[in-house]
Amino acid sequence: MDILRERTSHVGRAGEVAPILACGQASVAGSVSQRACVFCGSRVVLYPVADAVHLVHGPIGCAAYTWDIRGALSSGPELHRLSFSTDLREVDVIHGGESKLAQALDELIRRYRPQGAFVYSTCIVGLIGDDVEAVCRRASAQHGIPVLPVHSEGFKGTKKDGYAAACHALMKLIGTGNVADVSPLSINILGEFNLAGEAWILKEYYRRLGIEVVSVLTGDGRVDEIRRAHGARLNLVQCSGSMTALARQMEAEYGIPYRRVSFFGLEDVAQALYQVAAFFADSPSVLAAAQTLVKAELDDLLPLLAASKRRLAGKKAAVYVGGGFKAISLIKALRHLGIQTVVVGSQTGGPEDYETLRQVADPGTVLLDDSNPVELARFCRETGADLFLGGVKERPLAYKLGMAFVDHNHERKVPLAGFVGMANFAREVEESVLSPVWSLR
Amino acid sequence: MKEHYAASTNPCKLCTPLGAALAFHGVEGAVCLLHGSQGCSTYIRRYLISHFKEPLDVASTNFSEHSAVFGGRQNFLEALRNLNQQYQPSVIGVATTCLAETMGEDLSLYLHEVKGEEDLPPVVTVSTAAYRGTHADGFHGAVQALVAQLAQPSTPCGPRVLVFSPLVSPADLRALQGWLAAFDLPGSLIPDWSETLDGGPWKDYTPLPPGGTPVSVLRSAPAARCWIELGRVLAGAETTAGTVLRDRHGVAGHRLGWPLGVRESDRWFALLSELSDRAVPENLQASRARLLDALVDSHKVVSGLRVAVFGEEDLVVALSVFLAEMGARVVTAASGGATGRLRSALESAVSSGAREDLEVLDDSDFFDLESTLVHRPVDLFLGSSKGFKLAKAQNVPLVRVGFPIHDRFGGARIRLLGYDGALALLDSIVNAVLEHRQSTQAVGYTYY
Repeated sequence: MDILRERTSHVGRAGEVAPILACGQASVAGSVSQRACVFCGSRVVLYPVADAVHLVHGPIGCAAYTWDIRGALSSGPELHRLSFSTDLREVDVIHGGESKLAQALDELIRRYRPQGAFVYSTCIVGLIGDDVEAVCRRASAQHGIPVLPVHSEGFKGTKKDGYAAACHALMKLIGTGNVADVSPLSINILGEFNLAGEAWILKEYYRRLGIEVVSVLTGDGRVDEIRRAHGARLNLVQCSGSMTALARQMEAEYGIPYRRVSFFGLEDVAQALYQVAAFFADSPSVLAAAQTLVKAELDDLLPLLAASKRRLAGKKAAVYVGGGFKAISLIKALRHLGIQTVVVGSQTGGPEDYETLRQVADPGTVLLDDSNPVELARFCRETGADLFLGGVKERPLAYKLGMAFVDHNHERKVPLAGFVGMANFAREVEESVLSPVWSLR
Repeated sequence: MKEHYAASTNPCKLCTPLGAALAFHGVEGAVCLLHGSQGCSTYIRRYLISHFKEPLDVASTNFSEHSAVFGGRQNFLEALRNLNQQYQPSVIGVATTCLAETMGEDLSLYLHEVKGEEDLPPVVTVSTAAYRGTHADGFHGAVQALVAQLAQPSTPCGPRVLVFSPLVSPADLRALQGWLAAFDLPGSLIPDWSETLDGGPWKDYTPLPPGGTPVSVLRSAPAARCWIELGRVLAGAETTAGTVLRDRHGVAGHRLGWPLGVRESDRWFALLSELSDRAVPENLQASRARLLDALVDSHKVVSGLRVAVFGEEDLVVALSVFLAEMGARVVTAASGGATGRLRSALESAVSSGAREDLEVLDDSDFFDLESTLVHRPVDLFLGSSKGFKLAKAQNVPLVRVGFPIHDRFGGARIRLLGYDGALALLDSIVNAVLEHRQSTQAVGYTYY
């Protein structure tokens, strides 16, 4: 199967001296990209804010497909798990949807008494020219809560532009809360969405280090917590594709430095703790606590991983995820299980991510930017991958081709972050790779 | 009557292009292209995959800001050529999106440009703005477009019976095919996703899964002996695939309800019997007898049971008819559909005793449904996975039928149609009620 001509520059190999992988571009028409749109980018970033109304302004599809689709847990309110839409009809498209939007906001705010509201513009709102800003401003003044427009018209760029639109909305909240009682030893975790409770695992680690987590953006998120995020002394950026822009803005506006981290695997989790300890070097107790924590966790974990590795050694994996930075962690995590990554790619990785991947991955590993089922299938077959790490859209493809599968996307049900996450990951890989079902084919 | 809200809360419908994508996946070798933003394709793929657990490729013309301003011509033509290169499809089924429709994209104009390009397959287009109708409308629209645009009057075929598939599971589609065979009636389902969305492992990579209605069947539709359209709500539609065959090509047709339950199945099998000039085969009669027996055995469990049914309009009608037959009462019939024909279809199909207390909610969402429960509690929900949260909050069992089923396994294999399908559904309903009683009541239900 040939690769489309427009796609050849998005495909490369690790270890080759080659031009940098083409990335960050619009998907090729007709290529069946695994990406979604600008709206999706905004929706995934803001989705876990649990005490806000998330109103999708547009026809029903966009709201229907994002109704309760992720495992982003909340310890309290669960407004984020409901689906709100202005459900625009033909008459609204002709006459404009502003009055319907205003009425919908009014109803929902009265009904649910949220701490805030996000209003997502979908494709046609960009065409019919509703003044969403003005409607939000009026609703905000009337109800005394922040009502934030999110300019996420699907066609206005890629999923990454949706991240930026969401961060823009978050920036409007940040800085409006009282930070008087924030500890000097404090951080925010950006790009952590509390899938299967992962943010709680990480918060507990930092608590053991004596660090206050002021705000997780946006896992188990609350409007009031986000308002106070500017009180933290350091930002950790996990899902770098979605949140690096926000970290940069916070650095510029509030002087908060940031570090890119990953909470997947072993080295990267330890590194994420040690980086914080290094930042707060004036408080040596933090480093001591980090060392104790890492040692205790590894003492438990390493024997488990060694056993997994004995059973899995020699297997090969394909990795296709949303962001490039996570893929780097996954290659390292798989190595602890004796698994070599033979295909690796992402929907929205940046040039830096792909360069790192080129160096970290074994020579010959296929590198893919914004790939599609035809390419993924071809390279998985060519390389003889036994396991696929990806999301729901890739799962049936993997299974049809006889590959084991682990969901490393937003719908995962088992926490894969932190040391405990690595143990879960090893177990899940084993459950799938070593299943007897493959031998029946 | 439900109150009218400006905001939709937890929708009981999906958008029109999803239905079109499903219809196109029921044509052999076809690939679906959505004309609009990338997200529409990806969301719809993800959603369909969550139900069918099968690979399902939906392409996008991938609009950018540039195409939104200057038109999607270039993206459209590029997408057709790229799809053709990667998939070598028999047909490209194009469904529009809100964006393209609002812009007023003229696909026929674009297609005129590529007319005569040798390797391009036929292209079928359907207008599916999500602000007009639901996924059920998009589905029927695409089926109609397939027939209207591919049918060639001079193409010969045997005396075939064409059955326009209702929105049911692949397993039910296989049952429909089996019944045509049982009566020795040459025939085809249009469309047919019984294999394309419920198939086996692949020996090698298969960009387009095997199965589906052959294009030759669509081509030769005007030469068909007759067509059968299923669904009492659909039967009220002015234009459908069936009426196109009737009005343009003079092919006679039959419109029935879904063959769900005893009497509606009787009507279906009577029609097959009439068309084939054969008696209903013994195994079907035995299957009917088992259903009657089971209805007697279980009638005291379901008698007077207050049920809320939700989903596509024709599903709601078909389920209500069967609930009435078993002695249950349909208290709420809710749908996101807004054809305006739900109420009349229910009134003509459901015995009056079973709908004494019936409230019909069309063009509704789960908030509307929930609001009615305050004064009108129910004992059972019948509908898709989307009702789970509501059912849990009410502590009422939910029997999952319809689309989507993504919190249970085997949505693609749920049987509803025919005597055996109804029996499978009856088992599920009775057992859901028994399980609920067993877990909530002090009286032991060790024996029911």
